[in-house]
Amino acid sequence: MTASTVPSQPTRFEYAPAPESRSIVDIAPSYGLFIDGQFVDGTGEPFKTVNPATEEVLTEVSSGSAADVDRAVAAARRAFTRTWGPMRPSDRGKYLFRIARIMQERARELAVLESLDNGKPIRESRDVDIPLAAAHFFYHAGWADKLDYAGLGPGPRPLGVAGQVIPWNFPLLMLAWKIAPALATGNTVVLKPAETTPLTALLFAEICQQADLPPGVVNIVTGAGDTGRAVVEHDDVDKVAFTGSTEVGRAIARAVAGTRKSLTLELGGKAANIVFDDAPIDQAVEGIVQGIFFNQGHVCCAGSRLLVQENVHDEVIASLQRRISTLRVGDPLDKNTDLGAINSAEQLARIRELTDIGDAEGAQRWQPACELPEKGFWFPPTVFTEVSPAHRIARDEVFGPVLSVMTFRTPDEAVAKANNTTYGLSAGIWTEKGSRILKIADQLRAGVVWANTFNKFDPTSPFGGYKQSGYGREGGRHGLTGYLKGANHS
Amino acid sequence: MSDRLAVRKTYKLYVGGAFPRSESGRTYEVTDTRGHFLANAAWASRKDARDAVVAARGAFGTWSGTTAYNRGQVLYRVAEVMEGRHAQFCEEVAAGEGLSGSKARAAVDAAIDRWVWYAGWTDKLAAVLGGANPVAGPYFDFSLPEPTGVVAVLAPQQSSLLGLVSVLAPVLAGGNTAVVVTSKERPLPAVTLAEVLATSDVPGGVVNVLTGDSGELGPWLAEHADVDGIDLTGAPAGRAMEFEREAAGTIKRVVRPPATEPEWTADPGLSRMTPFLETKTVWHPMGV
Amino acid sequence: MTHVLDPDALSDDVRLLAPPVSPFSDVTRSDAAFRAFLHGLSGVDQVGAEARTAVLGTRSIKTTAKAWAIDTAISMVDLTTLEGADTPGKVRSLAAKARRPDPGDPSCPPVAAVCVYGDLAGVAREALEGTGLHVAAVATAFPSGRASRAVKIADVKDAVANGADEIDMVIDRGAFLTGRYLDVYDEIVAVKEACARPGGQGPAHLKVILETGELVTLDNARRASWLAMLAGADFIKTSTGKISPAATLPVCLVMLEAVRDFRAVTGRQIGVKPAGGIRTTKDAMKHLVLVNETAGPDWLTPDWFRLGASSLLNDLLLQRQKLRTGHYSGPDYVTVD
Repeated sequence: MTASTVPSQPTRFEYAPAPESRSIVDIAPSYGLFIDGQFVDGTGEPFKTVNPATEEVLTEVSSGSAADVDRAVAAARRAFTRTWGPMRPSDRGKYLFRIARIMQERARELAVLESLDNGKPIRESRDVDIPLAAAHFFYHAGWADKLDYAGLGPGPRPLGVAGQVIPWNFPLLMLAWKIAPALATGNTVVLKPAETTPLTALLFAEICQQADLPPGVVNIVTGAGDTGRAVVEHDDVDKVAFTGSTEVGRAIARAVAGTRKSLTLELGGKAANIVFDDAPIDQAVEGIVQGIFFNQGHVCCAGSRLLVQENVHDEVIASLQRRISTLRVGDPLDKNTDLGAINSAEQLARIRELTDIGDAEGAQRWQPACELPEKGFWFPPTVFTEVSPAHRIARDEVFGPVLSVMTFRTPDEAVAKANNTTYGLSAGIWTEKGSRILKIADQLRAGVVWANTFNKFDPTSPFGGYKQSGYGREGGRHGLTGYLKGANHS
Repeated sequence: MSDRLAVRKTYKLYVGGAFPRSESGRTYEVTDTRGHFLANAAWASRKDARDAVVAARGAFGTWSGTTAYNRGQVLYRVAEVMEGRHAQFCEEVAAGEGLSGSKARAAVDAAIDRWVWYAGWTDKLAAVLGGANPVAGPYFDFSLPEPTGVVAVLAPQQSSLLGLVSVLAPVLAGGNTAVVVTSKERPLPAVTLAEVLATSDVPGGVVNVLTGDSGELGPWLAEHADVDGIDLTGAPAGRAMEFEREAAGTIKRVVRPPATEPEWTADPGLSRMTPFLETKTVWHPMGV
Repeated sequence: MTHVLDPDALSDDVRLLAPPVSPFSDVTRSDAAFRAFLHGLSGVDQVGAEARTAVLGTRSIKTTAKAWAIDTAISMVDLTTLEGADTPGKVRSLAAKARRPDPGDPSCPPVAAVCVYGDLAGVAREALEGTGLHVAAVATAFPSGRASRAVKIADVKDAVANGADEIDMVIDRGAFLTGRYLDVYDEIVAVKEACARPGGQGPAHLKVILETGELVTLDNARRASWLAMLAGADFIKTSTGKISPAATLPVCLVMLEAVRDFRAVTGRQIGVKPAGGIRTTKDAMKHLVLVNETAGPDWLTPDWFRLGASSLLNDLLLQRQKLRTGHYSGPDYVTVD
């Protein structure tokens, strides 16, 4: 009998393909707009939506013209005045509970559809996006009949019709962050999903029908920039909520100037992830990786700047490179994929442009050896070391899997560098010293500070930025204020 | 009227996730408001109460340790299962309280809706009752509500489902576990509610339901050193003060009964959750 | 200082300390220096470590990968019996199963070793003669470790003399938790010496059980790992399997990080053995994934990674049968041991 031997196959542990089945989703050949409880054809030019991992056309989607948006806003207004507005708050809550439960029931279907349309790994859509989206509805369902207790004054009133425009990076989750609080506080909505990721919003519309949500309470108008503009600029919209780029945010803020419209903005970021020499190093490395490679770095609050204390720079970078080399880039529907596709050709071009600038500026690019698929939009995880605060890759939001590394010597210097940006969405602090966490958190000009963790989200936890990362908060008690009259809008 | 003979239900206690009879072997007759026999309910003894407290204490760690979100999910599921038993509850409430069909339905509807109301509180209490305190020094100081522990609940004598839910759900929403003594004359909806709990992901021991006499069990629960709080709503007339004095011996948190049993339809606010929530305040310096 | 029965044993003045490998040669020069070194190691954030293992636990191992992983796991098993009621008959039965886990399928690999109490090591040795399978014996007053140094050393020498070629020792958790790190270190060095074998065989291979369930924190697991590696362990092992919690994934993660970092600095590779609580093929897969993505593929052989288990083997066999036949198997198709 042979000695205890290694099996004759190679000792490399190759994970075989483990694809999540596509058969759970049923994508129609085309989709209309969801207005007043029905799917209707849009009158704009329909467009195709594509699987960014394969460039396969998934389906054709309607585009909402100004007239379509007008119909949608009218439906929302009617619903606000006649059904949703006068409805008993506990009944609004019950509808939201129904929606939350159906989202949980159809969770796998939503996750697969999200990965097909967006390019993100199925593990993330299954374990993060969809559960959080359902949880947002669950949480806000409970607020519907408790607004008197939210500390916002007696009898808070809704604003009316909310026009909401969301980005492509977390399509269903961003929809949940917008629609759940709006409905819970008694408003009705017209929501425009991002042009490249409309499908889970359209499935959500089906879910609204399954929940018997009264017509007009939720309207989904697909389209591109023009459709979004029509929603934002419509006269009969009382509230505008936008998540997207700072550039578009500026345009929207200008457009609502002088009107009665309330506005909340959730824009870009260039977050500093600060690693002190007494950080729990292995978890800090994990946190750095989570911070910039989660969702391919398509995250407004991504930890895209690593500020590492100079005396542990080499150790941290070596650990980081070793860790990044185990990241699996590939088919988003494979359950073992860590890093999926870049959402679109445009975004890929932008990432390439900025990383080329990084090279030109003199930073040192590092990427692990990575076999990328031939079709689709792909970019390997990338780390730039020797970055200076003056470099564009230290200041501009790349919105991709690209980390810029800088050093600091003292806590004050870390804070100064972290705050030295026009953005202010988020930041990370890694240290085992509690007092330092609290002191540094106090000094950082960022709306969300993560200590010894990163990219954690919860419906109860308010999220939003300082400075040009926007204003207003989503989630928690504070997130309700953006949809209520007279409440504090900050 | 069909010829079919019904299979009658046996109504037992609900302790530690199981349905035992009373260790005393006693039962008592439950009738409708016209004196017609409904069932023999288990007549809980002080030893059943003792066992229930042990079960409630055993379940407290897990129940208070799950996330508020999970507690909310579990409580919402209870409401879903209650809804499924709507007709059964209506029958039991109508018979036990002598209500018309429509009044019984209204009471059952209100009971389920009230349960949903409390299910939605679990993950909001910390934001509403807690917060950071701006102390005059370089300290981060915050306060949080925490469940007090095992709460004994003497359920209302008249309103056998809506009243029961109104005193029980707030205790659970805050993360406490409960030992409930039901209405003596009208215990049956409580046992059906126990069946709902047993089939709704509620861990055994979180709620324990003892059918019987609050006059007999009240003193034992009021004096019990491992019970942290007591709701005296269902105490027999004239005896609440006696129970409150007994509870004083272990500095229990006490909720006094109202002068007369209310309609239970009014918005309860936070008033039944806060008595069984402790506030913990934590300080930590802020410095590099 | 532990109470010593043997009058020939060392006096209080002489510490039995083998200097650890460079560049750590002087960390054991004093209690204070050793404490400063161990406490100066990077801390472990418990929530972060648990989150990492939870994500790695979602790795989906299918088809060819699963077949490879099952066979690899089988070949890494230290098939164990550590009961008061153990008898030669029980040990022989276990040894037979170790050689040929699946009587219906000769392609099934044998396990790595049989693990027994020291007084039955001879029975195991005889039963496994010529097979190449190892005989691991627990020693040092396993599982509690609460006995004098002399008794523990005698226990080790006994087991080695009986034919054990691997010794699984327990550290003194009481000493560790009181901060007497040098005493714990000292004892491991002494046990390593007691593993010596005559006739040029080289010493018995030493696994050091940290009993992380009693050390509780991940910081302690890291410190104990480094302590054991510096003292000359060939393997660091999580648990005795006699208390709960035994091997948990976060603990295994920390230990794999420790051996990885140790090799990077000293060039010396040390193995890891989780033991206890690994009951299903899924559990075993999670451990293999953890090894693969933490320490790396160099550790994915029985020479550097073992699984201390008893009931796990049957579950691995059932899964193996399902892959082969295409249908779910049942308990009648695997043997009791």
